Amino acid sequence: MAVLNEEQTMLKDMVSQWVRDRMPVSVARGLYDHSGGGRKDATTGFDADAYGEAAAMGWSGILVPEAHGGSDFGAFSLGFVLEELARTLSPLPLLSSAMIAVSALRLGGNAAQQSAWLPGLADGSIIGALAVDEGAHHAPEALALTATRVANGWRLDGVKRPVADGMGADLFIAAACGEDGTMLFLAPADAAGLTREPLDQIDARRPALLRFDGVVLADDAVLGYGNALLSAILDRAYVGQAAELLGLATQAFETTLDYLKTRVQFGQLIGSFQALQHRASEMFGELQLTRSAVEAALAAIDADDPQLSSLASLAKAMANETAHRITCEMVQLHGGIGMTHEHDAGLYLKRSRVAEQAYGSSSFHRERWARLNGY
Amino acid sequence: MEDQQFRQEVRDWLSANFPPALTGVNGLIFQGDAHAAAASKDFQAWRKAMADKGWGTPTWDKAYGGAGLSPAQAKIIAQELSAIGAFNPIRSYGTMMLGPTLLEFGTEEQRLQHLPRISTHELRWCQGFSEPGAGSDLASLQMKCVDAGDHWVVSGQKIWTSGADQADWCFALVRTDTSVKHGGISFLLIDMKSPGVEARPIVLISGSTHFCEVFFNDVKVPKGNLVGAVNQGWNIAKRLLQFERSSLSEVKTDVTPLAPIAHAMLGTDEEGRIADVDARARIVHNAMRHTAYLQTVRRFNEEARNGGPGNGVSTLKNLWSGIVQRRAELLVEVLGADGLGWSGDAYPADAREATRALLHSKAFSIYGGSYEIQNNITAKRSLGLPDR
Repeated sequence: MAVLNEEQTMLKDMVSQWVRDRMPVSVARGLYDHSGGGRKDATTGFDADAYGEAAAMGWSGILVPEAHGGSDFGAFSLGFVLEELARTLSPLPLLSSAMIAVSALRLGGNAAQQSAWLPGLADGSIIGALAVDEGAHHAPEALALTATRVANGWRLDGVKRPVADGMGADLFIAAACGEDGTMLFLAPADAAGLTREPLDQIDARRPALLRFDGVVLADDAVLGYGNALLSAILDRAYVGQAAELLGLATQAFETTLDYLKTRVQFGQLIGSFQALQHRASEMFGELQLTRSAVEAALAAIDADDPQLSSLASLAKAMANETAHRITCEMVQLHGGIGMTHEHDAGLYLKRSRVAEQAYGSSSFHRERWARLNGY
Repeated sequence: MEDQQFRQEVRDWLSANFPPALTGVNGLIFQGDAHAAAASKDFQAWRKAMADKGWGTPTWDKAYGGAGLSPAQAKIIAQELSAIGAFNPIRSYGTMMLGPTLLEFGTEEQRLQHLPRISTHELRWCQGFSEPGAGSDLASLQMKCVDAGDHWVVSGQKIWTSGADQADWCFALVRTDTSVKHGGISFLLIDMKSPGVEARPIVLISGSTHFCEVFFNDVKVPKGNLVGAVNQGWNIAKRLLQFERSSLSEVKTDVTPLAPIAHAMLGTDEEGRIADVDARARIVHNAMRHTAYLQTVRRFNEEARNGGPGNGVSTLKNLWSGIVQRRAELLVEVLGADGLGWSGDAYPADAREATRALLHSKAFSIYGGSYEIQNNITAKRSLGLPDR
C-alpha cells in the first residue's frame, strides 16, 4: 500500500473500523435468497440505510468540491475507501454515485448542473448511476440509445442494461447516440417514459434494465458531447471498479490463506504443502502487481495525468485477471466446503465475475491499452 | 538546492570525462562482450577516471576508496550516468556484495586491505558459494576448512563461480564444523593465486564461458582471512544474498519496445496494429505486466523509504524473472527463423544478440536463489505459512 498522509490514514482507519462493525460479509449475504439467487422482495440491491451512514461520514462527498458540500479529498482517497468496502463485498452505490456520477458532473457539468446535483450526491440524498452498457459487452463507442432533436429538447429511445445500482438511483448519467455522435444526459429516474426493472444477477446486486420510451429531456439536461468526455468519465469508472476488485481479491486471498493455516489433512496443516505454498506465493505476486497498477491509476486521476486512459486500462485488466484467478483458487483450495452457498467463497466468485465484466472485460482493456500504446 | 548544485557538478564532470564512444555500451558484468569492451582504451580511461573520483563506490568512506557521499548523492550520480547512456565501470561482485559485507562484518584491517582495491577495480572478486551438491540447498555445502594452527587448509570444489578464471580473490563459504549444518559454515577470503587453486570455465547453452568450476586442493589460507567468527558464516551469507537479490531486481528496466519489431516482422493490419492477432495478444499481455512490474518497483522503493515492510524482494525477483524471460521468448518468436541463428552474416546481428539473450535469460530464475526457493521464502516470510 502506498504511503498515506495523516488525514488519509485517519480516513482509512475509520473505514476499516466501520467495515468490521457494520459491513461483515453477512450483509452482502443478506441480499441472497436461500437458493443462491437474489431476493425477489429486495428493492434496490444495495443497503440504503448503510449508504446513509457512509454519506454522513462524508465518503459520498470525497470527490465533490467544498463549495458544493464535499471534501475534495481526491480519487486516491476514494479509491482506498472503495477497496476497503469491497473486502466484505459491501453492497453500497459508492462507486456509481460518488466516483462515477460525481466525476461526470465535474468533467462535463456547467455551473447550474453542478449546483443542482453535486450537493445531493455529496450528502447521499441523491444516488447517481451510469447508464452506458446496452448488451452483453461493454462497448461505449457503439451506442444504440438514440437522442433525437425535438422542439422542446431531446427525445431518448432505447434500452440500457445492466445499470449498476440502477434500481435505487435518482439520477442517471445516460450515454446516447445523437445526430453528431455521442451525447451525455442527466436523466432523472422519474422522467416520463423512463421505466426500470431489476435483473436477477448472480451477485444479488440487482442491477436495472432501463427502458427509454420517448423520454423527453430539456436542453439543460445535456451534460456534454463526444467520446472524449465519455472516455474521461469511464476512466474513473474503470479505476474505481479496479479498486473494488483489488479489495475483493485481497480479502479472498487472506481468507484462503487463513484456511491453509487451519485445515489439517494427512495429519498436517495443508498450508505446509509446497505445492500450495507456491500457489499462494504466486497469488501474492499478482496482488502486488495489481495494487501498483491501481494505485498508479488513482494517483493519475488526481494529477490530471495525460496517460490516465492507459493507466486506467492497465489497472482494470490487471485487477480483472487477479480477482479472477484468486476467486477460482479460493473455491478450489477450500475444496467441497467452497462449493456450498453457506461458505463465502461463492459470494466472492460471483461478485468478482460481475465486477470483471462491469466497465470492460480483460480483453476490452488489453485491446484499449494496446491501441493507446502503439501495438 | 544543494542537490541541484551537486547534480550540476556531476553533469559537468561527466561531460568532461565520459568517453562518448562508450555511450550505450552495456556495462553489466554478466554480459558476454564485457571482457572485450573492458580491454579498450576508452574503457580503461573511463574506469580510471571514476576510480580516482571514488564515484564507483560513492557512499564508501574516502579511507576505503569511496567518495564519502550520501545515498541521495549516490542516486544523483546513478541518474546522471543513465541519462547520458553511461554506466558505472567499477560495478562488480566486489562493490555489490563483498564491500557491503565487509563494511558490516569485517575488521578494520580487512576493510583497509580490500575495499580500496575494490573501489578502483584493481582486484576482481568472485563468489564461491554453490557446490556440485549444494545448489538451492546451499547450506549443505561440504568444502572443508581445517584449522592447521597458524593457517587454514581448504579442500573441495565450487561451481557456478562467475568470472573465477579472471578473478584475483574469492569470498567463499567453507565448512568448519561437520557436526551441524547451518552452524558449521564460515566465511573465508581466498587469494586465487594460492597454490592448489584451479578454475575451469563452463560452456553454457548461450555460448557464454562466464561461469567456472573451481577446485581447491589443500590450499593454505592465512588465519586473518576469516570474516566474522568461526561458524558464523551462514548469517553473513544470508545478509549478503539480500544484497545480491536487491541488486538483481534493480537490473536495467528500459528495454527496447517490442512493437516496432513486431510491426516489421509480422506486418500490420489496416489500423496499423500487429497483424498476427495471437502473437499481438501475448505481446500486449507481457508488456502490460512489465509496466505493472515497473510500477511495483517504484512502489516498493517508496514504501521502503518510509519504513514499509521491505520483505518483498523474493516476490519482486520472481515477477521480474518471469516477465523478462517471457519477453525474451516473444522477441525470438517474432524474429522467426531469423531468431534461430548462432553465427554468420545470414543472421542480423541484433537477431543473434536476441537469441543469445533468450538462452541467457533462462538463468534468471535459477541464480540468486531459484524461482522455487524464492517462492518458499515468500510463503514463509511474507505469508507466514507453516513448516508442518
